[in-house]
Amino acid sequence: MINRNPQLDKNRVLQHLLTTEGLPASILLQILDTAESFVGVTERDVKKVPLLRGKSIFNLFFEPSTRTRTTFEIAAKRLSADVFNLNIAVSAQSKGETLLDTVDNLSAMNADMFVVRHVQSGAAHLIAKHAKPGIHVINAGDGRHAHPTQALLDMFTIRRYKKEFHNLKIAIVGDILHSRVARSQIHALTTLGVPEVRVIAPKTLLPSKVERLGVHVFHDMNAGLRDIDVLMMLRLQKERMQGANLPSSEEYFKNYGLTPEKLRLAKPDAIVMHPGPMNRGVEIDSMVADGNQSVILPQVTYGIAVRMAVMSILAGHQV
Amino acid sequence: MPLPDAEILYKQLVEHIKADSEKRFALVGIHTGGVWLAERLHRELSATQPMAPLGLLSVSFYRDDFDKIGLHAQVKPSDIPFAVDGAHILLVDDVLQTGRTIRAAINELFDYGRPASISLAALVDRGDRELPIYAQFTGAELRLPKEKILVFNRDNNGRFSLSLKDKKVIANGKEDLPA
Repeated sequence: MINRNPQLDKNRVLQHLLTTEGLPASILLQILDTAESFVGVTERDVKKVPLLRGKSIFNLFFEPSTRTRTTFEIAAKRLSADVFNLNIAVSAQSKGETLLDTVDNLSAMNADMFVVRHVQSGAAHLIAKHAKPGIHVINAGDGRHAHPTQALLDMFTIRRYKKEFHNLKIAIVGDILHSRVARSQIHALTTLGVPEVRVIAPKTLLPSKVERLGVHVFHDMNAGLRDIDVLMMLRLQKERMQGANLPSSEEYFKNYGLTPEKLRLAKPDAIVMHPGPMNRGVEIDSMVADGNQSVILPQVTYGIAVRMAVMSILAGHQV
Repeated sequence: MPLPDAEILYKQLVEHIKADSEKRFALVGIHTGGVWLAERLHRELSATQPMAPLGLLSVSFYRDDFDKIGLHAQVKPSDIPFAVDGAHILLVDDVLQTGRTIRAAINELFDYGRPASISLAALVDRGDRELPIYAQFTGAELRLPKEKILVFNRDNNGRFSLSLKDKKVIANGKEDLPA
């Protein structure tokens, strides 16, 4: 059988984390289970284990993102790896070096892992395909395509609060069209057996034929929120408000912003999630963001443990 | 070869620990067999003296062979629910052999605090040490062929037993470091 998933080796073992699409539930659960043990580490006085001592991890951020880069950096340092942050947008690339030249140079410095953020969809796949055997690649967000560690930390948060996936109704609300987070979330949720995933958005912010991903589509937020266990809000980027996708941010908030009144339509114990950073008063009301159903800050904490899990699972597999 | 009854070895181990009345130990079991032993030992000792809550230790993140074999699929979380600083800790494991698991456990304990002392209890000491590690309390010392793994089991009724398996047979599924 030909192995078509570039993330897995011939023994179906994870070599790179590029997308949640096509990954078996067993691997997603392995990451979540391993992350459980790392939560304990992050709560100790000494928040460090020696697992990746001597490994070199390069954060290759071709697109700026302080938050995501910092969480990867913290995760790597808590595993005792040596971390190198490269803001490539203002260095090698501006001098004309190609993406793959950059990768070759860093490989020659005996890198063990690349964490890649890039504005182009597929950049992490390209680097994984090109990198020397033994170098593992983690996609930290590529274009509109995928953001697998964000999706995994979301799955981890859901499991922590709801215990099981197989009895949940989950809604993803907002700009599905431009969201790499939403894509990765949908693939992970369906793989983990969530029976009903809804997307709630105006037609202008939904990809065509989104139903093919196995989701139910709602344009009316009030209808979409009924009986929901988990609400996953998405960030609305400013350029979408200024462009042709939406009339105004006020109009968007009126229809798709999560207010306490709208939240009451979901189940009383529903949790509210957001990948951050939030636009308060655009996609979410502060009363909800800071309310007792919000798990937005725990998501950030769990993000460290999940990234530690991914890094250690990858680094432990030798070619 | 015939193996001793694990229940008898356990009783001998308990007697040795009880005979050392100088220290009030805080118990820490090492996953998985060590935790089974420590759970029962904790119940037994709690009947006659106040005990700190039982600590559980998984040495997965402190192993020295991570580069060779990676993480186990099912990593169990560590949980030390008492103050390690100043505590007299009794580490409990099922089988002591190379000493590498205990080395990893001691390293991990020090990331929780500075204990006053650490002692070691093992149901079986196989010898074959690769590190200078010593068990204060043992149920028995057994010399076994190196290619055999001594497996410690607990049945549904909580009863302990020992069996021998070939290293090759369980190399892919073994939970813990060779002890």
